[in-house]
Parts: sequence; C-alpha cells; structure tokens
Amino acid sequence: MTSKFLSRRRLLTAGAVGVGALALGGLNRFLIAPNYLQILESAEGLTLRAQRAMLAGQPLAREFSEADLSPIFKANGTVLPDTAACEALMANDFADWRLTIDGMVTTPASLSMADLKRLPQRTQITRHDCVEGWSAIGKWTGVPLGPLLQTAGLAPNARFVVFHCADDLGGGANGLYYESVDLVDAFHPQTILAHTMNDAPLKVAHGAPLRLRVERQLGYKHAKYLMRIEVVESLANIGRGNGGFWEDRGYEWYAGI
Amino acid sequence: MSEITAEPSAEPASERPQKEVIYRHKLFTRLTHWVNVVCFTILLMSGLQILNAHPALYWGQFGADDDHAFLQFYATRDGDELIGRTRIGSLTIETTGLFGASRGSDGELDVRAMPTWATLPSIRDLATGRRWHFFFAWLFVINGLVYVGASLVTGHLWRNLIPRARELRPGHILRDFWDHARLKFPKGEAAKRYNVLQKGAYLGVTLLLALLVLTGLTMSPGINAAVPGLLDLFGGRQSARSIHFICASLTVAFVVIHLAMVVLAGPINEIRSMITGRYVVPPEDK
Repeated sequence: MTSKFLSRRRLLTAGAVGVGALALGGLNRFLIAPNYLQILESAEGLTLRAQRAMLAGQPLAREFSEADLSPIFKANGTVLPDTAACEALMANDFADWRLTIDGMVTTPASLSMADLKRLPQRTQITRHDCVEGWSAIGKWTGVPLGPLLQTAGLAPNARFVVFHCADDLGGGANGLYYESVDLVDAFHPQTILAHTMNDAPLKVAHGAPLRLRVERQLGYKHAKYLMRIEVVESLANIGRGNGGFWEDRGYEWYAGI
Repeated sequence: MSEITAEPSAEPASERPQKEVIYRHKLFTRLTHWVNVVCFTILLMSGLQILNAHPALYWGQFGADDDHAFLQFYATRDGDELIGRTRIGSLTIETTGLFGASRGSDGELDVRAMPTWATLPSIRDLATGRRWHFFFAWLFVINGLVYVGASLVTGHLWRNLIPRARELRPGHILRDFWDHARLKFPKGEAAKRYNVLQKGAYLGVTLLLALLVLTGLTMSPGINAAVPGLLDLFGGRQSARSIHFICASLTVAFVVIHLAMVVLAGPINEIRSMITGRYVVPPEDK
C-alpha cells in the first residue's frame, strides 16, 4: 500500500510540476508579450479547429417553424445606407442593382435580381444570433452560394469568398462593410444569398436587395447590401487584412461562438 | 489509505495537548483550485463585459429589444439626472451607481449595465471581453476535466464528497445547519472530514460550473448545429443565456459564503491547507 501510495503521489507530483512549468511558460510569454491580445487570440484557432472537427459532417443549423418567428426582427448595424451609390439604387427600388462575381473564378458574372431568382432557391427559418447576445428568428429565401460559385468556376488556389457591401458603416476610407468565409462555410447548404425575408422582399433595414445568410456563425458575418462577391486566395490585402469590417475592429473571423 | 492522513507530529511530547497536523488536500485539488480561482474571476469579469453589450435576459429560443425580458439593467433620464434601474419581472428598483448607470474613471455617471470595476476590460470593449472570455474558457474546461478525472481516479469523489447515508438524514443535516448558524465548527476527529454541508456545497458548485460550460456552449451557433440536443436541454439559446447568468450569480454567492467560512473557521490554517496541503486539526473542547 505504501509503495503504491508513494508511486502514485510521485506521479501526481511529476504531472503537477509539468503543468506548472507549462503554466509558468505561458505566463512568462504573457507578461513579456508586446501585445497580450495575441495570446488571448490564440484561442480562436483552437475554437475553429474544435468546431470544424465537430461540424465535419456539415450538419444543418436548426430550422424552426412559422410559429417560432420573432414578432419583430431587430435590425442592427447599418439600417439605412447613406452612400451616394446606395441612394441612387434605392431611388428606383434597386432596379439597376447587379451582383458581381469575380476574383479567382473562371467565369466572372454580373447578375440582376431576376437572374438570381431564376436559379434554384432555398427557404429556411433560422435563428440569427448577434455578437451582443440577442437572437431573432426569421424566414429567409435565397440562392445557395455553393452552386453559384460552382457555375462561376473556382481557380485551384481559391480559398476565401469575400462579400463587398454598399454600406459605409465605418465612414470614410476603410469604412465600407465587407465580410468573408472560407470554402467550408461557402459550400454549406444553408449558406444562401437571401432576397426575401418573412415572405416579403428584403427590407432596406435588413440589407436590401441581397444579404448573406451563413447560419452557424454570429450576426456580423451575415453581410447586408451585397454588391460584389470576390473569390480570393488570401484576405491580407482586403480592408485591414482581417477578413471583415468587425474583424478589422478586434472581433473573431471565425464567429461560431 | 485515506486522503486525509494523520501524521505524527514532529514536536516532542509534553503535557500540553499536541498540535495534530494532517495532510488535508492532495496536490491536484490544490492546483486545480487555484487555477479555477483565476479562471472564474476572469470569466466572471469578461462575462459581465459581454453582458453589457445587451443587458437583458429572455426565456426561449429568441429574444431582442421588442421581446419580453424578465431581467433588465437600463437607465432613464430625469431632466439632467441619469437614473440606473434594474427590472426583475414587474419589479423595478433604482440601482444608480451600481447597475444601469455608474461612474466611469472621469467621475461622470454613464449608461452602463455593470460598473467598470466589475468588467474586463473596465472600459466598454466587447471584442476584447470576448477574447478574454474564450481563452480562459478553454483553460477553465481543461482544468475542470483534470479535477473531475482526478477526483474519480483517486477516489476523492466517493471518499470525501459523496455524503454517506447517515449524513443525509434530515436530523443530521439540520444539526449541521444549526452548528454552522451558531458558527460552531467541527473540531477534533470531525474536523478531519468534510461535513455534509461542505460536501453539498462543493458538489453543488461543481455542478454549477459544469452547467456554466454547457449553457455557454449552447449559446454557440456552431455548437448548436453539432449538438442540437443542448438547445432542447436548456429550452433554447436565450434560456441557456439566462441560465448561464443565473449559474454565474449562484457561483458568486457560493464564493461569498465560502470566503466567509474560511475567515470564520481560521483563515491562516484554512488557506495554508489549500496551498501546502497541511491542516492543523482544531483540538476538541475539553
């Protein structure tokens, strides 16, 4: 009994010393780090890898019924774009609006709303989760992004899909809203470009005429007022290089939590 | 081979009763305890930063500005005066200075659900609050798994934490309550083991911390797709968010009582036992 106790105790001690050394190493790095945020940010990679492992089968986000719809779906971020280009588009109810698909694609395209509505559509009732903490349930109809990208034809080194928006949330240079997802989320069946919300054309406050729905991620990924979809290899040269408007302001690129 | 092992005192025998020192806490208990203290403190303060972004709690799958919140921290303006308010159900209380409106470093009253001294970072910064929260959430989960795993492997759970049948008799529990209420703490042999209220408190707080992890994960839209059963378990994302807040509040209540008990039972002996493991058994009253 005694020897067993001792050996187990020794084992625990050795383990604890190991953990302690690791913790001290981490603490040391933390204290001398020029920017401690870089260490805190390392958790994002861990979260991305863990969630991707759990989502390997591309499960769907929960879909709800009409009875579950939020009576009032909160509008957030830009609710009325005020750029000259946007105002011109709104003046004739987006009749002149077109969606550009370009970048690392074999067949760049420029699609009107009628073009988009001729493609196969998907309708889903899903929950929208804002990074602030609130949630709202809405019904979305739109064009699945995956088939659209397949039609455009991806170059072999294409890695990210960037969504350029018409709203100037930040104001001035670098103020235009944008977002990006990787191909895993771009080809998820619930990732759609929505033109219809709760059976009515998308309202301006919710991103008319077209917005992204990337279920399984937080609200700021769901870019509104879409103008252009650009396929790229790297996010480094877009905006401030972090993959999105809010990502450039400290938020996670992977917004699965 | 019990965890709480009596050791013969090194002091020479004398007429006075000897000081009995026991090895009360194993190394894994002590290490995970202190890692947990650091993690919980940071998670609590960064969690309050996150709460400040939308300081209202709902029940069910959804909830936003136009939906009914059962708990809300907000501010109203009466002329030039800012009034902080907390509403629970239909009861509204004025909480200026603490909840709803409080003073920043400039001394000015501002609209702010939780005061700057309680949040991490102290200024309003949701993005950085989330960075702190998720980094320490990983550490907290790993530490918790080490604690639970070691408790099972070493027998700590069965030997020291699970109450025995005789301890669960109402009479025994009531007597323990009565003793605690009179600040009459166990001495001698009885002090070498956790009493039933301690066992209940430590098992209870472990359950609260596990619920905090599960409800936290239920707020993740990614985890919702991977493990949809969590949404059903907690009744929706907004319910999970509310339970997360309630469990955090109950854990704070545990910490307050726990610290009070440490102070009342003899802070030096108690804190030393959680650092070095050695605990001086309070002698029996003669």
